Amino acid sequence: MKRSLTALIAGSLLAVSFAVFAGPGAIEGVQKQPVNFSAIAMFMIFVIATLGITKWAAGKTKTTADFYTAGGGITGFQNGLAIAGDYMSAATLLGLTSMVYFKGYDGFIYAVCFYIGWPIILFLIAERLRNLGKFTFADIASYRLDQNRIRTFAAIGSLTVVCFYLIVQMVGAGQLIQLLFGLEYNYAVVVVGALMMIYVTFGGMTATTWVQIIKACLLLGGGITLMLLTLSQFGWSLDNLFAKAVESHKAAEKIMVPGSLMADPISAFSLTLGLVFGTAGLPHIMMRFFTVPNAKEARKSVFYATGFIGLFFLVTIILGAGAITIVGTNPAFFEGGQLGGKVIGGGNMPVMHLAKAVGGDIFLGFLSAVAFATILAVVSGLALAGASAISHDLYARVIKKGTASSQDELKVTRFASVGLGITAILLGIAFKDQNVLFLVALAFGVASSVNFPVLILSMYWKGLTTRGALWGGIAGLVSSVGLVILSPTVWVKILGNKAAIFPYDHPAIVSMTLAFFVTWLLSVTDKSVRADKEKEAFEEQYIRAQTGLGAAGAHDH
Amino acid sequence: MSKESIQAKIRSNPKFAELVGKRTRFAIILSLVVLVPYYTFMFLVSTQPQIFAAKIAEGSVITIGWPIAALFVIGGWLLTGIYVSRANGEFDRITEEVLKEARK
Repeated sequence: MKRSLTALIAGSLLAVSFAVFAGPGAIEGVQKQPVNFSAIAMFMIFVIATLGITKWAAGKTKTTADFYTAGGGITGFQNGLAIAGDYMSAATLLGLTSMVYFKGYDGFIYAVCFYIGWPIILFLIAERLRNLGKFTFADIASYRLDQNRIRTFAAIGSLTVVCFYLIVQMVGAGQLIQLLFGLEYNYAVVVVGALMMIYVTFGGMTATTWVQIIKACLLLGGGITLMLLTLSQFGWSLDNLFAKAVESHKAAEKIMVPGSLMADPISAFSLTLGLVFGTAGLPHIMMRFFTVPNAKEARKSVFYATGFIGLFFLVTIILGAGAITIVGTNPAFFEGGQLGGKVIGGGNMPVMHLAKAVGGDIFLGFLSAVAFATILAVVSGLALAGASAISHDLYARVIKKGTASSQDELKVTRFASVGLGITAILLGIAFKDQNVLFLVALAFGVASSVNFPVLILSMYWKGLTTRGALWGGIAGLVSSVGLVILSPTVWVKILGNKAAIFPYDHPAIVSMTLAFFVTWLLSVTDKSVRADKEKEAFEEQYIRAQTGLGAAGAHDH
Repeated sequence: MSKESIQAKIRSNPKFAELVGKRTRFAIILSLVVLVPYYTFMFLVSTQPQIFAAKIAEGSVITIGWPIAALFVIGGWLLTGIYVSRANGEFDRITEEVLKEARK
């Protein structure tokens, strides 16, 4: 069973990578820019500071609990910042502002879709997650189900999401560094991979959390400063800012109303399902709930995280709208000085040009350094989530059946971190110049169709059995990966076929429904003795989920 | 005291049923308060985009769509605040009582 599963996943991964290599890179070529010394200097300060933190954290990282969850000693406020940091990637800053810059109001709708899952995570998941889990999300999925099969499958689900997300981040790092620092793509990928290995291997969750917290503060501080500088150019009036934007944009008043992004209701629905419920299935986010001492702090962390993420999104919307006028009417930011032509450095650059226009070279350098630090922090969180799936789930629980010593498990997790770092570097180089946006759809597709169903059903539905969870998960995995391959982005744009077999870029509407249906069907028809035992075990799990009785506490080894 | 008997005591305590009932209802109501307006909004955005074109004031270019979207962000956050304050206060107090009575 296990072997056929692995083969299945390897096969689908292979199919995806083939799909990518088969076609020409659809992304616009990124040109290397002149070397930017102030940006590099500021980034070096960040690196030195975070390496100092890693050294301090390494001294505190002695047990597996220290490594995976910082000993459970992070406060709700700190964790809220770290969760927000995990969610505010460089892609969010560059991508959302660029979307508002080009499409206006559609960018705001997109931001709302990315945001709205957070309150739901708090209401339905956060405290149960904290009460039931110890180190990984597989702890909860396999709480009363088959330790070998469900834990293996949950770990594979985590690793799949982590890998897709890692590729997106590594390719983003390489492109950004060419643009912002004027250095080679491969240098960037190696630097990110190497620093990530150092943070995670030596400093574990403590270092990763603090790197994330510092970066979140820098990103929020930088974004708000840029917003204030921008608003000052419009006499501190949003009305004036938007009036000028409408004058400057070629779509004029159309930027103020919903446009083409959400024009197809089914496509929009599928996108929102994936984003809202996929967020709840991201392993590096779920892992953060185990770093706080109890359910009280877990709830507080979502409150703070939601506040910071919301604030950041509102700031990026204003930045994008301000850039329409400030960047869009300045020929210096267009190739060949052609207004309305290609933006220098590509479509993701408006916010960076805005920083230069209102804050000069020093501020541009600062924001570039922050953008790069952002990638570094997100990549570290991902690597830690991947490493814990390998060492805690696969090695300690499945292979060693819980008999591995804390020291052995730590050794494995460090090797796993290094292995993931090297994998990330190789994948980053392999995917150079490829359009990796579809990998975001894949990551959220798998998170919402594989991780989320088993997580929510194991918490809420007594009738869930191993058979149902396993086949439901397989159905979710195969359909989400398969449908993304058949989607317009991959099937038409990357593989060069004429028409897409599946009409939507986001698979959740089909794959998530299918995963829930198969899980339900194969659970209710499961009449085995084990299934009865699993249903009986729900009682104990239910009381623990509701009251925290027996939940892993701080410094609980 | 064994784990099973603590659990049995929790289960038979009427306060536990009260806690679970109240919290579940509250969580579901708040989820609906977020999801129903959100999906209504998304449905209208894709089928009736023109209704978001009305201006917020005479002479302004800003359409009502912008404050509505901002309301989702700010309102969603305020709702998390409402949930956390009740859960960390009232619900955690009942949980404490239930656990204490079960350990007696």
